[in-house]
Amino acid sequence: MNSRDEILQAVSQNQPTFAALPNVDMLLGDNTDLVAKFISTLTAIGGKVIPVKSMGDVRYLLLSDMAADIREVTTVPLLGDIMELITKKTKQGHSLENVDKAIIEASFAVAENGAVWVTENKVLVRALPFICQHLSVIVHTSNILPTMHEAYKLIANDKYGFGTFIAGPSKTADIEQSLVLGAHGPRTMTIYLMG
Amino acid sequence: MNTATKDHAELAGDFNKDIDRVDWHDETLWWIRQKRDIAVHKLPEWELLRETASQIKNNVLSNLNNYLQQFEANAQSNGIVVHWAADAQEHNAIVLALLKKNGITQMVKSKSMLTEECHLNEHLEANGIGVIDSDLGERIVQLAKEMPSHIVLPCIHKKKEEIGELFHIHLNTPKGNADPQFLTETARQHLRDTFLTRKAALTGVNFAVAETGEFVVCTNEGNADMGAHLADIHIASMGIEKIIPERKHLGVFLRLLTRSATGQPITTYSSHFVKPREGQEMHIIMVDNGRSIQLGREDFRNSLKCIRCGACMNTCPVYRRSGGHSYHYAISGPIGSILAPNLDMEKYADLPFASTLCGSCTNVCPVKIDIHDQLYKWRQVIVQKGYVPAAKKASMQAMAWVLASPGKYHMAGKAARFTMKLVPFAVNNQLNPWYKHRDMPKVPQQSFGEWYDKNRDN
Repeated sequence: MNSRDEILQAVSQNQPTFAALPNVDMLLGDNTDLVAKFISTLTAIGGKVIPVKSMGDVRYLLLSDMAADIREVTTVPLLGDIMELITKKTKQGHSLENVDKAIIEASFAVAENGAVWVTENKVLVRALPFICQHLSVIVHTSNILPTMHEAYKLIANDKYGFGTFIAGPSKTADIEQSLVLGAHGPRTMTIYLMG
Repeated sequence: MNTATKDHAELAGDFNKDIDRVDWHDETLWWIRQKRDIAVHKLPEWELLRETASQIKNNVLSNLNNYLQQFEANAQSNGIVVHWAADAQEHNAIVLALLKKNGITQMVKSKSMLTEECHLNEHLEANGIGVIDSDLGERIVQLAKEMPSHIVLPCIHKKKEEIGELFHIHLNTPKGNADPQFLTETARQHLRDTFLTRKAALTGVNFAVAETGEFVVCTNEGNADMGAHLADIHIASMGIEKIIPERKHLGVFLRLLTRSATGQPITTYSSHFVKPREGQEMHIIMVDNGRSIQLGREDFRNSLKCIRCGACMNTCPVYRRSGGHSYHYAISGPIGSILAPNLDMEKYADLPFASTLCGSCTNVCPVKIDIHDQLYKWRQVIVQKGYVPAAKKASMQAMAWVLASPGKYHMAGKAARFTMKLVPFAVNNQLNPWYKHRDMPKVPQQSFGEWYDKNRDN
């Protein structure tokens, strides 16, 4: 017998009598003050929120903050005329090693923990939101959900090859519990909160 | 570090030689426990969340054979190669074979307690493969040639000056610089090059979803993602108990995990790996290594519900004052003490005794494992099997002999009071194993029995 069959046989023999799954729907959160909650939570974990009205505002802010000698990339086609546009042809993450700033879109955000949900369809190259020095994410205020339960309800049947919740800049406190922002991923995370 | 021949009490004794360090360690972990409390108290539904998580895990354990097969089928149809390993040796052999097949001699690895349990690094290094641990805390203990002392905070036992010295020796930083910001930046630069040049990355698995065949890896540093997304081969190692039934159950566990661990609302990254990216190979190794045996131990199977948050360590009065290395096992603290004896009852016979049974671990456990009850039950099993140290066994037998007869009991009580009052050094010395672990009590003038005899007529 191979290990697979041995393990499955041992598990079948040893597992306890069947216990039913609980209902998780009673854990759903409430919809009050979602924008304020999201902003305060993300700010508390080291993120920055910039409220904007439209994509025009984002363009204006990006243009006014642009420097000549740094590489800025985006996956948002509407911003493709002001900075390098990442496409499906940008195959290898290695080519993004010197990206200073990346601007991407997220499907939704979660108020209770400041996270945004980003899938491979949105970032095109999986390494992008991790390898850039600074990450900016565009999210609409109408897409802020109360808790993770609403988040998983929304994506319950979604098909994605890779998806990730990102909550703030990368960080570590491994040296004497001193919090340092910018461990291996982005040093900063900025949310353009639209609406 | 030779810990093979020392037990928890001796190793704790070593750690306690430096009182200032013990106090610092104790306070640091208690501070993390307090952060957990603040985060938890913000959620009025916390207890319902814990109960729900516990019930989901009960369901998982009761239906594990089906979930494992469901996960396997779904992962395979997503293009992931699934391997099964009966024990640590088989797990390590699978990793080595995958690397050899692809001519890879260097690998980057993010945090995986399972690979610590399997001693993967040692095995690969003995076979000419270099492994670099990419979690900052794990990299630090790797440079120091030590084991992690905590599952979430691997180098919580180290002072920043010691880390500065390690970086000075291995990464060429200026001598005497112990600034956490500077040291972290140095590690970032050094490991960025590692991420960009490694063809293989190994990650752990926090949760594997049977319904979808995806697995979730949580980090704050982004090191698992940096490794996995830049490597040609991604190997994910998971214990078979990491399965959860459906994607929606992630909502319950991700809400509990970091709030319990560090007081954060969620890790910076909670990455869901469903399919390999184009041109990439993705492998999952599902490891038993004693888990199916633990599943059959009615009193101890609940330990398999663990999600590795470390809350039981941060709250444990023994862990905080004895340090993670005193447990001489990959997973330290209360949860390690109920997992380790399953693997080797004789080697880890001391661990269930490394507890005051205060129950704090059970109170903070996000999946409601009855940790302190299991510690108590392991003691019974270990004594019955004859794995307790000879001195403890002899004194327990003597105690049983004395307690069996009222005459002997009164006699012994008198003798003890006499001895401890007149010649306390006869018991308060290093030859008495009981005294080593405890202060002896003050001696009363008379026993309750004597007092009662004298006062019964009043």
